[in-house]
Amino acid sequence: MPTLTHYLVLSALLFALGLFAVVTRRNSVAILMGIELMLNAANVNLAAFNRFAAPGELQGQIFALIVITLAACEAAVGLALVLAAYRSLETIYVDEINVMKW
Amino acid sequence: MTGEALAFYVLAALTLASGLVVVTSPNIVHSAVALVPSFLGVTGLYVLLNAEFLAGIQILIYAGAITVLILFVIMLTEGGTGMRARQRNEQGPIGAAVAAAMAVLLITVATHTAWPRGAGTLPAYTTAAIGRSFLGANILVFEGTSIVLLVSLIGAIIIARKEE
Amino acid sequence: MISHVAWLIPLAPLAAFILVILWGERLPGRGAVVSIAGIVLAGAAALKVLAEVIGGARADVTYTWAVVGSRPLVVGFVVDPLSAIMLAMVGVVATLITVYSVGYMTGDPRFPRFFAYLSLFQFSMLFLILADNFLFIYMGWELVGLCSYLLIGFWFERPAAARAALKAFITTRVGDFSMMIGILLLFLGVGSLRFDEIFRAIDLGGFGGPALTLAAVLVFGGAVGKSAQVPLHVWLPDAMEGPTPVSALIHAATMVAAGVYLVARVYPLFLFSPGHTALTVVAYIGGITALFAATMGVVENDIKRVLAYSTVSQLGYMMMGLGVLGYTAGMFHLITHAFFKALLFLGAGSVIHIVATNNMKQMGGLAKAMPVTFWTFLAATLALTGIPPFAGFFSKDAILLAAYAHDKALWLLGAAGAFLTAFYMGRLCWYTFAGEYRGGDPGAAGHGAAGSGHGAGLHESPAVMTIPLAILAVFAVFLGWAGADILGNPFERFIHFERVAPPPGNTGLLVGSILIAVAGWLAAGAVYVWRIVPSEELRRRFHGLYTLVVHKYYVDDFYGWLFLGIGGLVIRLAGAFDRYVVDGLVNLAGWLARQLGLGLRYAQTGREETYLLLVFLGVLIIVLVRVAW
Repeated sequence: MPTLTHYLVLSALLFALGLFAVVTRRNSVAILMGIELMLNAANVNLAAFNRFAAPGELQGQIFALIVITLAACEAAVGLALVLAAYRSLETIYVDEINVMKW
Repeated sequence: MTGEALAFYVLAALTLASGLVVVTSPNIVHSAVALVPSFLGVTGLYVLLNAEFLAGIQILIYAGAITVLILFVIMLTEGGTGMRARQRNEQGPIGAAVAAAMAVLLITVATHTAWPRGAGTLPAYTTAAIGRSFLGANILVFEGTSIVLLVSLIGAIIIARKEE
Repeated sequence: MISHVAWLIPLAPLAAFILVILWGERLPGRGAVVSIAGIVLAGAAALKVLAEVIGGARADVTYTWAVVGSRPLVVGFVVDPLSAIMLAMVGVVATLITVYSVGYMTGDPRFPRFFAYLSLFQFSMLFLILADNFLFIYMGWELVGLCSYLLIGFWFERPAAARAALKAFITTRVGDFSMMIGILLLFLGVGSLRFDEIFRAIDLGGFGGPALTLAAVLVFGGAVGKSAQVPLHVWLPDAMEGPTPVSALIHAATMVAAGVYLVARVYPLFLFSPGHTALTVVAYIGGITALFAATMGVVENDIKRVLAYSTVSQLGYMMMGLGVLGYTAGMFHLITHAFFKALLFLGAGSVIHIVATNNMKQMGGLAKAMPVTFWTFLAATLALTGIPPFAGFFSKDAILLAAYAHDKALWLLGAAGAFLTAFYMGRLCWYTFAGEYRGGDPGAAGHGAAGSGHGAGLHESPAVMTIPLAILAVFAVFLGWAGADILGNPFERFIHFERVAPPPGNTGLLVGSILIAVAGWLAAGAVYVWRIVPSEELRRRFHGLYTLVVHKYYVDDFYGWLFLGIGGLVIRLAGAFDRYVVDGLVNLAGWLARQLGLGLRYAQTGREETYLLLVFLGVLIIVLVRVAW
């Protein structure tokens, strides 16, 4: 019987994967993908808590829904930014975007 | 082992494995495509957690809209053609260490805490309950989120359009 | 009966000052008329007050100025014999000198300002005299000091005058500082600044002992400065750079007398200090000054400087008089001295106005050319040297009498001083008035100190200058009889201190004083007139002593070395401190900031991946810290 702990461990691992992507990858789209993974891990966490720790109400799921919505917004805007950056800087690799480097 | 446990482990494996591909693949398109099974795995987990509506939305939004969006952007930028480019920057070891530390921390906290067992049960049809909730107690959140959507929609269009 | 509103008297010259300083040029007589009007008004009122006080009137007007905490600050004005006689003296002498100044300062471009300053001084001095508390007397003290500075440095284009003004101010400041400490001590001990309350406290034994002596001596310090006693005498000879009326008014008759007046006013302070310690200090400083200054007067060639040393010496006599319990004698000498010293200075001014030099060696033969000046000057000289029946004899002899009864050593100092006084005054008269004119072409000479330009040879000064001389001469001749024992000594009855008995008469001493004065005159005659022992011979024989005295005993040089030396050291230390410690600290702060910046800039890589890493690293650390705690 998977208990709350199982789900929490899963979401922790998923979160760590997303974190690794964000910190390590050169492609800005890949970084955004990592962010999506992290958000998913958080959602799993929320739903799990709703089911196991507070099943009398639906706050966890509703919270997760809102997170999904906002993730969509954020992905949209973020990718728009990547496009705009690509147009002016000719690159999407973050380590090549170093105009502000001293 | 019970069906639920089996289902959990399978879905967990699916999610994590594709997540690994997303994170480590040198081919950006492979990474993007590997997002889909990852999201599908999460959908399954939601179903296990009695969150059907959430599962449906997950497929619609994540596996559907967001993945497509990512693929489009990869297409519009050079990502697709830069297959031979180096994908990992020089922070690899440190990043891995930080991620591992974070995971260890979270797991330690999760396993060592006695989570309280809540009272009550989830409703049979969460969809109706969520709908009632959004138009009842959580209407403010609902409306607010709609506005955020509108704003980000407009914002994305403005940011991404071509200069005349 | 105007004694009760006597405090209005100083306001007349104050009003004159305000009018003249603002609109001087446009007023009648270029301001002189207004100034004279002010002092004449004050002088007339003062004489009326004197008449009333002689008739027994007294007044003490007080006013609660403020309430400080639980203590009310009560200030006021007192009219008693002491202040009445001083008011009258200042009123009369100042009037005569102000009139005289019209002639002396003719043609000076800053004519109105001179009279404005004179009026301001008159206000300050009258205010000082009427004060019944230490606060007011200190205020008046400082004001007269300021006026002295302004008037000494009146011709400020001359660097010597500017330096002298500053020297006067700073030297008296040292005395003032001592006085302020003394006043504070009294206030702390008694709780009030009013004279009568302080005296009552001393009477009742509330304040006494060594603390009283200390306070008295410190207050006397102010008098030492203002009355140019040793060791703060150095400013008075240099103050002669100012116009001669200034020297007459301030540095002969009135301001320098303020120190003596102060000692007389707060006499109980000195009288009740245990063992009369404070009185002894006063007496010895006075006595030493009397002799010390007289020796320096013997070798001076500048007519005004001789008179300045004479003033210092005579002030020493007054202090000595007060110190040997000769309260009446000291005050009497103050009054008589004011008149004949003012006369001497005005006479010298008359001479200088005509011959345009201060150097006695370049004068001579002026007795015939300037008769009024000569005869009045002679009268004053005879008064100063103590030849009866002139004024100075009575007053100076009273002091010597008190000294003899109290402390023979002091009498000796006084007697020696009297001999030298007669000597140098005889010398002065001889050089200035007798013989033939040594100053070159008489026709070329004669544009006064104020540049009036006669060009008509040696002649008498204008009437506006000689009439005051004559009036003063009357006082110099006859005022002495007010203190004569033969006439019952009315002055003694008017001004005396209840607990001090006058010394017993001593005819032998009287005769002795006369003989000493005459001996001084004869000695001068022997050296200068009949040339029995010519002055060059004396100078050669006593060469070491002569050099010492001519250089004023090197006191000025010593002060210069001391204060410039200490001052220089302090300056160097302060400069080094400022440059290395203060600036060093500031520079250190700047250097630190720079180093910090240089080090911290490595955190701003401008690269996104660094920032992302740091975000998550930060979260990790925060959570770890929270969990670990």
